[in-house]
Amino acid sequence: MGKVKRSPWLLHYDGSSCNGCDIEVLATLTPVYDAERLGVENTGDPMQADILLITGGINEQNAPVVKQLYDQMPRPKVVVAVGICACTGGIFKDCYNIRGGVDTTIPVDIYVPGCAARPQSIIDGIIKARDLFQKRSDEHDEYEKTHHGGAGEEKING
Amino acid sequence: MARKTVVPFGPQHPVLPEPIHIDLVMEDEKVLEAVPNIGFIHRGLEGLADKRDFNELLYVVERTCGICSFGHGNGYVQAVEKIMDVEIPDRAKFLRTIWAEIARMHSHLLWLGLQADQFGFESLFYEIWRIREKVLDLLELTTGGRLIFSVNKIGGVIKDIGDDKMKAILTNMSSIEKDMRVVQKTFMGDYSVQSRTKGIGVLTKDQIHELGAVGPVARASGISRDMRKLGYDGYGMIDFEPITSVFGDCFARIDVRLREVFQSIDIIRQAIDKIPQGELSVNVKGNPNGEALVRIEQPRGEAIYYVHSNGTKFIDRYRNRTPTFANLPALCEMLKGANYADVGMMVVTIDPCISCTER
Ligand code: SF4
Repeated sequence: MGKVKRSPWLLHYDGSSCNGCDIEVLATLTPVYDAERLGVENTGDPMQADILLITGGINEQNAPVVKQLYDQMPRPKVVVAVGICACTGGIFKDCYNIRGGVDTTIPVDIYVPGCAARPQSIIDGIIKARDLFQKRSDEHDEYEKTHHGGAGEEKING
Repeated sequence: MARKTVVPFGPQHPVLPEPIHIDLVMEDEKVLEAVPNIGFIHRGLEGLADKRDFNELLYVVERTCGICSFGHGNGYVQAVEKIMDVEIPDRAKFLRTIWAEIARMHSHLLWLGLQADQFGFESLFYEIWRIREKVLDLLELTTGGRLIFSVNKIGGVIKDIGDDKMKAILTNMSSIEKDMRVVQKTFMGDYSVQSRTKGIGVLTKDQIHELGAVGPVARASGISRDMRKLGYDGYGMIDFEPITSVFGDCFARIDVRLREVFQSIDIIRQAIDKIPQGELSVNVKGNPNGEALVRIEQPRGEAIYYVHSNGTKFIDRYRNRTPTFANLPALCEMLKGANYADVGMMVVTIDPCISCTER
């Protein structure tokens, strides 16, 4: 129906990563790997973000922060766990302060393995997240149409 | 008198790649006091010492931090080698030196990029990170990993750098040097860079002494302290002088780190020139028994590694004092009386590595 596809915005948060994955996420966004050519943009503001890229596991102190960031993001949203730490807790799984992967606290959609995750696989994760985001926003629009009689903008116009 | 307000800074903040939380007590635009609150990345890594044996612990220690991962591994193996009285072959020492310097370049370039991003010079940020990829290519070529490469082992190293790869390093060094000259000119000569950094966050030599700051932060205030001068690894056989500046402001810290990149290039050239042929490692038998303390120079400054062992496979205690931890008091001092607009700049200027600090 010629609907303009939205460019999802990325929010990047460093859970308790060792920085390895963290830097690779940044490297992915800089010109050599240039994830922005896929139509995503990096933002620092959770309220404008659609995709949450999160590195590192969850510990007692950052769990509320992660939860808050997730809640602040508008729906629909997609969460990508980057690196083995974010997927399962990784090498730090047995540490006393680590709860485990990100999915112990918020729902995760896409898991990107690797220690450190390579830019290529992060790009792969971003592409998957973008497609999933598109699917979810379509579903969201569909839901709005059937339950509330059309999406917001149509109501205003007509 | 104006009212005091407390402004939270972080843990999730656009200038910060890593979470640190600072409560800023403000009066109008001035910061009166800064109270740091850390612990967002605390994993309890040192506690893994009683779950992993001393060989496996190396891989945990390397993951203290992804930026200076090689240095952490290096410090830990040196401590264990000291306990077990192992003298590693000369070739291994030089290889460690080469990797440590390549890692230092990668860390400094990363920081320079973040600093440029901090004062809004996006194109410079991108340019520096483009150059940094060349450094990472070298690491990938010689070790197989981009950031975490586990090439150390107790008693030496596990990989060699062949002649063809040495040549590749030298070629890349020349091209990086050429690119960095342009970047240096931009940083040092650009009016907007100077207006954001000159005279901002000044720390005097006495303050540095009192607060115990280390690394480039100390050297930018005129303290010529560099742990590489202790002569561990191959540094004893290499000719270099610590790089210092006298101004002690943000601009001086940029200057010092820029010149350290060239120094690293020089050290790598010397090391490749002087590296002897020979074995990569010696055989190590038995378990460590005793304690050792090792100081090495990480990209961010002096790091201390302490190992206490008891003759079993598991060591009693592994402890690490990281450079950022030593620099945090300096940061808090710097923030007092600062303008709110400069806070991000000052936080970045000490090159904070939070995941090392909190482990
Ligand atoms: S997966 Fe590896 S590189 Fe990534 S944060 Fe964890 S330990 Fe660091």
